[in-house]
Amino acid sequence: MSVFSEVPQAAPVAVFKLTADFREDTDPRKVNLGVGAYRTDDCQPWVLPVVKKVEQMIVEDQSLNHEYLPILGLPEFRSSSSKIALGEESPAIKEKRVGGVQCLGGTGALKVGAEFLRRWYNGNNNTGTPVYVSTPTWENHNGVFTDAGFQDIRTYRYWEPEKRGLALAGFLADLENAPERSIILLHACAHNPTGTDPTQEEWMQIADVMKRRSLFPFFDSAYQGFASGSLEKDAWAVRYFVSQGFEIFCAQSFSKNFGLYNERVGNLTVVASDGENLARVLTQMEKIVRTTWSNPPSQGARLVAVTLTTPELFEEWKGNVKTMADRVLLMRAQLKAKLQALGTPGTWDHITQQIGMFSFTGLNPKQVEFLIKEKHIYLMASGRINMCGLTSKNMDYVAESIHEAVTKIP
Amino acid sequence: MALLKSGKFVSSLGAYSPYMGVLPIRASSWWSEVQMGPPDPILGVTEAFKRDTNPKKMNLGVGAYRDDQGKPYVLSCVRKAEALIAEKKLDKEYLPIGGLGEFNKACAELALGSDSEVLKSGRSITVQSISGTGSLRIGANYLSRFHTVARDVYLPKPSWGNHTPIFRDAGLQLKAYSYYDPKTCGFDFKGALDDISKIPEKSIIMLHACAHNPTGVDPRQEQWKEISELVKKRNLLPFFDMAYQGFASGDIDRDAWAVRYFIEQGHNVLLSQSFAKNMGLYGERVGGFTVVCKDAEEAKRVESQLKILIRPIYSNPPMNGARIAATILSTPELRKEWLQEVDGMASRIIKMREQLVANLKKEGSTHNWQHVTDQIGMFCFTGLKPEQVERLTKEYSVYMTKDGRISVAGVTSGNVAYLAHGIHTVTK
Repeated sequence: MSVFSEVPQAAPVAVFKLTADFREDTDPRKVNLGVGAYRTDDCQPWVLPVVKKVEQMIVEDQSLNHEYLPILGLPEFRSSSSKIALGEESPAIKEKRVGGVQCLGGTGALKVGAEFLRRWYNGNNNTGTPVYVSTPTWENHNGVFTDAGFQDIRTYRYWEPEKRGLALAGFLADLENAPERSIILLHACAHNPTGTDPTQEEWMQIADVMKRRSLFPFFDSAYQGFASGSLEKDAWAVRYFVSQGFEIFCAQSFSKNFGLYNERVGNLTVVASDGENLARVLTQMEKIVRTTWSNPPSQGARLVAVTLTTPELFEEWKGNVKTMADRVLLMRAQLKAKLQALGTPGTWDHITQQIGMFSFTGLNPKQVEFLIKEKHIYLMASGRINMCGLTSKNMDYVAESIHEAVTKIP
Repeated sequence: MALLKSGKFVSSLGAYSPYMGVLPIRASSWWSEVQMGPPDPILGVTEAFKRDTNPKKMNLGVGAYRDDQGKPYVLSCVRKAEALIAEKKLDKEYLPIGGLGEFNKACAELALGSDSEVLKSGRSITVQSISGTGSLRIGANYLSRFHTVARDVYLPKPSWGNHTPIFRDAGLQLKAYSYYDPKTCGFDFKGALDDISKIPEKSIIMLHACAHNPTGVDPRQEQWKEISELVKKRNLLPFFDMAYQGFASGDIDRDAWAVRYFIEQGHNVLLSQSFAKNMGLYGERVGGFTVVCKDAEEAKRVESQLKILIRPIYSNPPMNGARIAATILSTPELRKEWLQEVDGMASRIIKMREQLVANLKKEGSTHNWQHVTDQIGMFCFTGLKPEQVERLTKEYSVYMTKDGRISVAGVTSGNVAYLAHGIHTVTK
């Protein structure tokens, strides 16, 4: 008899299953437009040149060891990461009311932030505080907040399929109707999965409602620099909210913009109204971290900290980030051009209007199924494609296949 | 629970420009009711140590190995593995949720033995974890969700301080069974059996595989055999914490004996492993979590659920440390070197224990200090009372935790005499 006889088989995580299926596919034309990782024009993973350089430095530095980091992480990493999010001249940083918690990737930062909010926000252990996520959103957002104990996860309108753009009116209305003190999960830039971001003007409207309704902004910033190629531009929304006097959480990931996916490098930036509140918050963050992973992994944080704090390396990094962003922009332009040239029904402006790694193509599940099964082009059931999976070599095949899908299947 | 007072912002007149600096009126905060968390008892010791200016000061608090110069020790096999890995120019793509396959396999083999029937039949699952803590937490979360027949976890008294909050945060309840006998500074075998015999069926029992933390007191093999019988009789679920394999006796198979014995006896155990100490990979966060199942089919189901548990915490684990550990374990020359280095670390600790006792005798201490050499692993429960610990810290700048625990790894041939002198002074 086993204590685990009743344990059911869990469904696999969709995006990883997609990649697994892709790997097993033997068709030479296969294209993976699923999981969100950058690829070069040869469809290869890309270790950033600056990362290679700093890794070499680390390996050769015999004075470095593998001792435990402090619970909250490597101090230079925490401060330089928060500076990246909020800006060199950030008044909040100057006022010493900004703190960072080094976490395991963006997921880890979301997790620690969510856990903290459940314990300490809007009362103690208030699992009833509503948490709002966009429709659609990254599929793990729901999981993170549920796992942290929140029982009332709601959605705010975000993607408007007919216009293939932002459902601003619905978004603002949902915020207006949200109970005071609700937690609002916002994508700082390069919305996943739609690639559709509010304009600066629209962000100002969003902030306005949130201030009036006393809503808590929790930013997910997984693509800073990767979206537009500019760190400042991609951080505009976060910085605007801070300038408006909000206390915020910002979960930062360095998986994509540093290409450090498997080293799990993330930072939870906390902006509080003053240093005294911040200090107490950080002591409680330590308690959460201690029972989850005790202290974070050293390698990736060292890499990022050295890069961000060494002027020549920082410049080189920004260049590498721009290389990635530019390739994505090129693929967007080319895909749109090809679809238009083929006369594919529908409008395809959204391909270039959207930003970041992903595009919500607007393809429906049947069309997606056709692409996977008949064309060996792997994408999410939602119609989300990873632009990085496109290359100059597969562009024609993908465009023609999309054309076929749209014309054959209603 | 009282709700927070309103977090509404006190706006001054008009709108702000995004680039204004200090707000005229300090806004109130969402965090006004957040309590100051108490400092971590173990890390607080290190902080106090850092502030002390006495040149003879000793940090016997936190459990990290130090060489005979009192310095952190990066294993030679680790440096070699790192160089090998650097040459391979690997990419940085996400690992699977369950971690690096190569690592998981080697990790399981290390614990269970390469000839293990469990491994041959595929009836276990090992996932890479964020060192020992991460492994325990995944295990705790797993039990909380799927071991619905019992909510209680029985820890030995005392246990590692972080066990309690880990299981508590996972939603389980903590109970204890007798373990340490302060009169003998040894194992309270009778007390342990008595308590275990009363544990309700199907409860979870936590066992330290070797080098018990904080006492350094391990059961002998005959005693383990009796414990196993009793655990079987009571139908309890054993959860082993093995953070010191190799580090305790110097022999990895010897240190894994209890785990392997229990499995042979038919217990389908849960197991947490850490490579922080035995490979010196502390900050790289390398560990494994294993569930021994009834059969391969069950192992697959359990694996799928572990992934569901991991995904909303950190998605997938860090590569660097696991890659180093896997390289060492599966490269024959490196594995051989590792075994020698682990034995070296364990031997130095054992030698320091012997020297401490010898020096105490030389000081003229009439107390029985045998427990210092009977105990095993990084830690020693000296038997010092809190007032004595306080004196030792104040008068000799020797830092340790209030329970009288010292990290023997912090003792060197250069400071052992000084330590003996201090201990003798406060205990005579």
